[in-house]
Amino acid sequence: MIDVLYFAWVRERIGLPKERVDTQAVTVAELVTELSGREDRYAAAFSDLTALRVAVDQQLSDFDAPLEGVREVAFFPPMTGG
Amino acid sequence: MAEIRVQEAPFQPGAELEAFQASLSNAGAVVTFSGIVRDDSGQMTEMLIEHYPGMTEAQLTRIAEEAENRWSLAGALVIHRHGILRVGEQIMMVATASRHRQNAFEAAEFLMDYLKSRAPFWKKERSANGDSWVAAKDDDETALSRW
Repeated sequence: MIDVLYFAWVRERIGLPKERVDTQAVTVAELVTELSGREDRYAAAFSDLTALRVAVDQQLSDFDAPLEGVREVAFFPPMTGG
Repeated sequence: MAEIRVQEAPFQPGAELEAFQASLSNAGAVVTFSGIVRDDSGQMTEMLIEHYPGMTEAQLTRIAEEAENRWSLAGALVIHRHGILRVGEQIMMVATASRHRQNAFEAAEFLMDYLKSRAPFWKKERSANGDSWVAAKDDDETALSRW
């Protein structure tokens, strides 16, 4: 089980901030494919991965990052702090 | 040790600066940066800042520790607000201290460049015409390459 978090417009498009996902996905990219296949709102949120960033266990990461032992994955748009 | 604060409440930059300076020993230079809510369209009613609790603090700590090591800082302070802010309100401040001014200036710029595109904050502008997420600028990403 992995906690999947969504922020900013990704959260709005998918319609929830957080969910627990029971997955066999080996990488972040596989998790994205799995989620995209669920419903249109997921497919829409993940349609352009260049517009998204990912954090694995609260560390900025890549879509090819492995999920073994991972507890939390977050998807969000490029950050706009400051 | 850098001091990192992520909070919803407003803060007094003057009081924060005084407390920061009082905490230092043998620093000859302090540089501060203030980020203020700006309204480019003239239509904005408020700004909403979302963040990723836990990762925000961890990421700011990592960035500040790198700055402390790289520029041998005597101290560093980062305060960043989230929630609803109005035009003219202070969003955040950064303060750096070192023996000589150059390190404090450079470290403050480094902190700001990284904070803008590597700390998980997202800004949304609210206006009478609706809400819109602020898009990241290519310049912000380019700014990192100089470090």
